[in-house]
Amino acid sequence: MSDRVATLRSRLTSWDSIIVVLTVLVLVVASFSVDNFGTSRNFTFMVLDLLPIILIALPMTMIIVTGEIDLSVASTLGLTSSMMGWLWNQGLSIESIIPLCIVIGAVCGVVNGFLITGLGLPSLAVTIGTLALYRGLAFVVLGDGAVADFPFDYTGWVTGTIGGGAVPNVLILIVALALIFGIVQHATPFGRSLYAIGANAQAAHFSGIRVARTKFWLYVVSGAVAGLVGVLWTLRYASARADNGAGLELAVVAAVLLGGVSIFGGKGSLPGVLAGVVLLTALQNALRLEDVSGQALNIVTGTLLVLSVLLPNVTTAVRGNWQRRKLRQAAATR
Amino acid sequence: MLRSSRTLLSVGTAALLVTGLSACGGTTKDSASNSGGGAQVAASADPNAQAKEGLKIAFLPKQLNNPYSDVEVGGGKVAVGELKGEYKLVGPNDASASSQVSYINTLIQQQQDVIVVAANDPNAVCPSLNQARAAKIKVITFDSDASKDCRDAFINQATTQGIGESLAKMALEQAGGAGEIAVLSATPNATNQNSWIDVMKKELAKPEYSKLKLVKVAYGNDDDQKSFQEAQGLLQSYPNLKAIVAPTTVGIAAAARYISSSSYKGKVAVTGLGLPNQMREYVKDDTVKKFALWNPADIGYLAAYAGAAMASGQITGAEGEKFKAGKLGEYTIGAGGEIVLGPPTEFTKANIDEFNF
Amino acid sequence: MTITSTPTKAPLGNPVAQKASGLFKQRELGIVLALALLVAYTAIDNPRFLSGQSIRDNLLNTAILAVMATGQAIVVITRNIDLSVGSVLGISAFAVATLMSKNQDLPMIVALLVGLGVGAVAGLVNGVLVRYGKVPALVVTLGTLYIYRGITYSWAGGSQVNADELPRHFLTFANDSILGIPWLVLIALVVIAAGSIMMRNYRVGRELYAMGSSPAAAELAGIKVARNLLGAFVLSGALAGLAGVLYAARFGTVDAAAGTGYELNVVAAVVVGGVAVFGGSGTVWGAALGALLLTVIGSALAVLDINQFWQQAIVGALIILAICADRLVAFRIARSLRKRDAHV
Repeated sequence: MSDRVATLRSRLTSWDSIIVVLTVLVLVVASFSVDNFGTSRNFTFMVLDLLPIILIALPMTMIIVTGEIDLSVASTLGLTSSMMGWLWNQGLSIESIIPLCIVIGAVCGVVNGFLITGLGLPSLAVTIGTLALYRGLAFVVLGDGAVADFPFDYTGWVTGTIGGGAVPNVLILIVALALIFGIVQHATPFGRSLYAIGANAQAAHFSGIRVARTKFWLYVVSGAVAGLVGVLWTLRYASARADNGAGLELAVVAAVLLGGVSIFGGKGSLPGVLAGVVLLTALQNALRLEDVSGQALNIVTGTLLVLSVLLPNVTTAVRGNWQRRKLRQAAATR
Repeated sequence: MLRSSRTLLSVGTAALLVTGLSACGGTTKDSASNSGGGAQVAASADPNAQAKEGLKIAFLPKQLNNPYSDVEVGGGKVAVGELKGEYKLVGPNDASASSQVSYINTLIQQQQDVIVVAANDPNAVCPSLNQARAAKIKVITFDSDASKDCRDAFINQATTQGIGESLAKMALEQAGGAGEIAVLSATPNATNQNSWIDVMKKELAKPEYSKLKLVKVAYGNDDDQKSFQEAQGLLQSYPNLKAIVAPTTVGIAAAARYISSSSYKGKVAVTGLGLPNQMREYVKDDTVKKFALWNPADIGYLAAYAGAAMASGQITGAEGEKFKAGKLGEYTIGAGGEIVLGPPTEFTKANIDEFNF
Repeated sequence: MTITSTPTKAPLGNPVAQKASGLFKQRELGIVLALALLVAYTAIDNPRFLSGQSIRDNLLNTAILAVMATGQAIVVITRNIDLSVGSVLGISAFAVATLMSKNQDLPMIVALLVGLGVGAVAGLVNGVLVRYGKVPALVVTLGTLYIYRGITYSWAGGSQVNADELPRHFLTFANDSILGIPWLVLIALVVIAAGSIMMRNYRVGRELYAMGSSPAAAELAGIKVARNLLGAFVLSGALAGLAGVLYAARFGTVDAAAGTGYELNVVAAVVVGGVAVFGGSGTVWGAALGALLLTVIGSALAVLDINQFWQQAIVGALIILAICADRLVAFRIARSLRKRDAHV
């Protein structure tokens, strides 16, 4: 009985659930107190704003769960966007450019994966290097220019809603990918192996998990998704530019960590991360509607990020103290 | 190692397959028809319509904390006060089009009457601006135009031709009639700067400029430090440089600061477009002899009046329509919905103290 | 991948450690060599690259980055990271510029001390959260990157401090020199020298290396880990604050965005300079050399008239090359150690 209460309490106080509750709370409070927040048009805007972060966060969650990191995602996005503009100018059809761009993203991931798993280099340093490299190549490809004359059928689809209603087209994509990644991460042996790798790579290796190969493919997937987001970004803003998505990597990592994933790996869940992304976007949107400057949001994001790790640590420490005291009391009364 | 090379191979093959399969047929650059957006009901103008009060007029500059934009929107605030409207200023911290889009979306949600925007990318802001217009919000661009089919009017600080010519003229004067000159511009894809530089190049091709040689266009990205370093790079690469022409306020200030503190002072002239307050020091220490600019406060002022006239139904943005802009007098809308502010002012040691912006 | 967890890091004063440090010397020699090649090639193309003015410009541009790289190197050596340095530079530059524009008569030394102080406080917050909050440094400093920048933005609003509002002596400080060496460069040299000597010759420096090699072992060995860690973060913050003052003096125009994105340059300089991201190895002066190399690449591209768009790509490739080289060095050490063990 008391066991069940204890697990319930620990589950309720785990950061994943706190963040989900917090997100729902923010959404509810904002709908009632912020003018124009709960409208269907605002919903579309919000979905479009969270689209790049949420999609890149899906593979990023897996990578961080294995104890690695990929900081090059935003630059991969930029390179894809540049390539998309360049290929379009070469006269290729948009139907062949889109899959090609995803492949380009995947190739960026292959390079990362090879350097990290093939040569055994630290992922933080490698992806800081490729962050500069891919962004630089993006500028080399497209340079000063911006390519803007993409067909409206495609640009309109990204910003449009299903049948002109309240559900944005891209939401289908988000839901579908989130479901796939969620199932893979939480309901397959592959997903469980990620946690094993993150908890102890050596032990995972000895228990038959192909650590290097798993990580390699995670980077390829991460690159491919960043490539896809590069395409969507370009179509949403109808503008292929080398500087598209600059700085997005920090927002993605912040959202993933805020969602309760441990930077040391082995811990975290996708629902928490999704809630983290929604929380950040909704807060940003609501604050902006209330004319609070974007500057204040910086402070909120940073504080939430630190609290997401600090609070569980503090509660663990406090609970530990409390239990010790109870034990001591029990010992004294005996 | 063998395994990863096989992986590479398979990824490569997949890439080839994908292109091969989809290469035949599909939408290409040539076949694409760009009939998106811009669907605006043609309303008729009533010049005698009552000017509305309480209009919500929002300003969205390229970025906040840019002293030039601050002066522009300051003028807008004065005008909105005169018009008895509600003034609002929002903007991103970085000069990127994507963050501007989020702000436009917010302004749509807040049901503003007029959005006055300086576009960071002429196309990227378009879909949102058209959504705004569909929601009956009037869109006025200033400073840096968006595509013609997604705004109602554009406040042009001066004609592109006029600025380009005056840049070329100042370069000739400052270089002493002959020698190498270089341009220090903003970002490589800044709409304004590029069109001015194009005009300037055409001017330089004329016989009276035959002794001037434009050796390089460098880009300081409107970033103080980058501009500073680019100015250094120019002088190292081109030892015989006579003048740096910077058609951006950030660039000219950085170039002047570098020259004034280096051994090139007095040998290399700096000119272009700058803010008197930022340049005062360098004009007084003789690093800079002459530079030009329109009064940015007037741009914001004019934009607010144009927006209000449009929201009141006095004008629609069609060529030939006239409206009154407070202390600036009457303006006529030109071709393509452009409203030209007037000729730029030239600043020298003699008159710089008369200006405070 | 297992190198970090096996006890290959030799105790102090051991001949193996000396051999290892000899190899690391080669590592820094590599940067010097690359630098010499680059300068030689550029100078042949354009002799003005070696003119007094050009050398002075390059050194001035390096100074700010090198000061920050010194602090970062020390933090990274302890197997931590400080991503907040760009934001700390921003807050300190804006604070000092505002202070000086309002009090025109304040001497330069006050500006320097205020900058150091602001930075030290920011660093202390980082350190306390890392040590006592048990929050990983990457998370803490990513968070404070946002927080410090947000504070600067909220404080500055849209305002900016222009060169004409700053006192004369403050601005000339960036260009004035003593014995032909600009103050900025002199300060950077002092910081680098002090950092190097501390890390190399003093007990606390060796303790920081030990903490980076094996945090758990350092604690067990009785090293005052908490004190040292706080010290490292305070130092990194203070130096970023100092860099903020130098930035304000050098560039004259300061707004809330000053130093945005610098953290990646600083980390890049440190990594290129041969400091391993997993801590325990590398030197302060190596990091400073890394800063110099990155700066010289930037100006060499401008002089060589190479499309400036290549610059970032080259820097990226260089970072990857540098960590590959480190890997090779580590691999060689491991092998030579294995050989030694086999003989014993």
